[in-house]
Amino acid sequence: MAELNIAADGSGPHKTDVIIIGAGPVGLFAVFELGLLDLKAHLIDILDRPGGQCAELYPEKPIYDIPGLPVVSGQELTDKLLEQIAPFNATYHFSQMAESLERVGESFRITTDIGTVIEAPVVVIAAGGGSFVPKKPPIPGIEDFEGKSVFYAVRKMDQFKGKNILVAGGGDSALDWTINLQPIAKSLQLVHQRDGFRAAPASVNEMRALVDQGLMKLHIAKIKKLNGADGQLSSVTVESKDSGEFDIECDTLLPFYGLTMKLGPIANFGLNLDENLIPVDTEKFETNEAGIFAIGDINAYPGKLKLILSGFHEAALMAQKAKAIVHPDEKVIFQYTTSSTKLQKKLGVR
Amino acid sequence: MKLVVTDRAGKTQELEALEGWRVMEVIRDYGLPIKAECGGACACATCHVYVDEAWLAKLYPQTDEEIDMLDEAFEVQDNSRLSCQILMEDKFDGLQVTLAPGIEPD
Repeated sequence: MAELNIAADGSGPHKTDVIIIGAGPVGLFAVFELGLLDLKAHLIDILDRPGGQCAELYPEKPIYDIPGLPVVSGQELTDKLLEQIAPFNATYHFSQMAESLERVGESFRITTDIGTVIEAPVVVIAAGGGSFVPKKPPIPGIEDFEGKSVFYAVRKMDQFKGKNILVAGGGDSALDWTINLQPIAKSLQLVHQRDGFRAAPASVNEMRALVDQGLMKLHIAKIKKLNGADGQLSSVTVESKDSGEFDIECDTLLPFYGLTMKLGPIANFGLNLDENLIPVDTEKFETNEAGIFAIGDINAYPGKLKLILSGFHEAALMAQKAKAIVHPDEKVIFQYTTSSTKLQKKLGVR
Repeated sequence: MKLVVTDRAGKTQELEALEGWRVMEVIRDYGLPIKAECGGACACATCHVYVDEAWLAKLYPQTDEEIDMLDEAFEVQDNSRLSCQILMEDKFDGLQVTLAPGIEPD
């Protein structure tokens, strides 16, 4: 796979032709359609890699309705798209989300939650079902502890040095952080709803070895209640089949129950919304704000089908209008990649 | 055939189900609060339901994949199932399920 051009965190202001929010299949293919029209793109994604839902939800599951590919996995489709768009050398901003959008003269300025700034005359929202964010357990009062003693992600391990940590969950994140934090924690315990784990077998074996050596505890139980005051956790009440309810003393809870999608700050961009979807026209897939487009699963129009192939079509039509905005004086000749030597040159065909 | 669904508020509704439809799809089609964000691929655990005990043994056993995926659900019980993994057929006419916490759309 070609190496991706990944910008430094918090860098900018970058100036480009088009900012694409979302690096899922549709955002990636938009790079291709824009590139054929000589438009450069920057992509922003909350995940740490391209592919969106294809990479996060079903990398190994088969997709049967991509034209010309009788069966392809989510990861294979992502890899093929990256290969296809490699000639256009887009710039990627991963592990961050577009937080604010403002108009600056003839351009839009997007600032991400880690301070990256990008400016362009066209913005394309290809955000699918929204940003992937950690699932929050529906435990009453958990929000009082969030950010103080309940954390859904580990950004700096040092923060957890000397803590009495309770990790919850049975997937790779839960097991990986159990293994990585155990040596620096004062104490570490893992709580999971069953004595079986979704995580990679090697991690599970490593965790069980730590338990056998008495270096950590494993509880097969369900979290019922958080105890503490002023956001500081003192213990977590859990319930197990064998022992009923009991308290686990801890000052830090790290729940890892996978990711879910939320629209997030896009809701505050001043665009019309219809039940978390962005209404667009079906000629250019432009929103109510000129120069801002929405393509793929996030848009809404009469007859919309949430299929990857619909998003590909939308990307192609959007690109025509984007071209007119970025280069209003250039006449666009409609060409085919099969016959146009100009297009083939852009694609690096020899 | 009927699917009987109880929501988080305790309200029970009889939904008309069609052969071959996933229980998740029937619930979603009626506009009940179910996120089901992966669309039925057994990849997200946001269609978690509790199956009425009387019906539990009549269903096909869970796949390992479903059991694993339930690790990302909340308040998992012995009668927990992912409703995208139950396909309606005649013998499930009248199946009763209750929506689990944490699957409501935003």
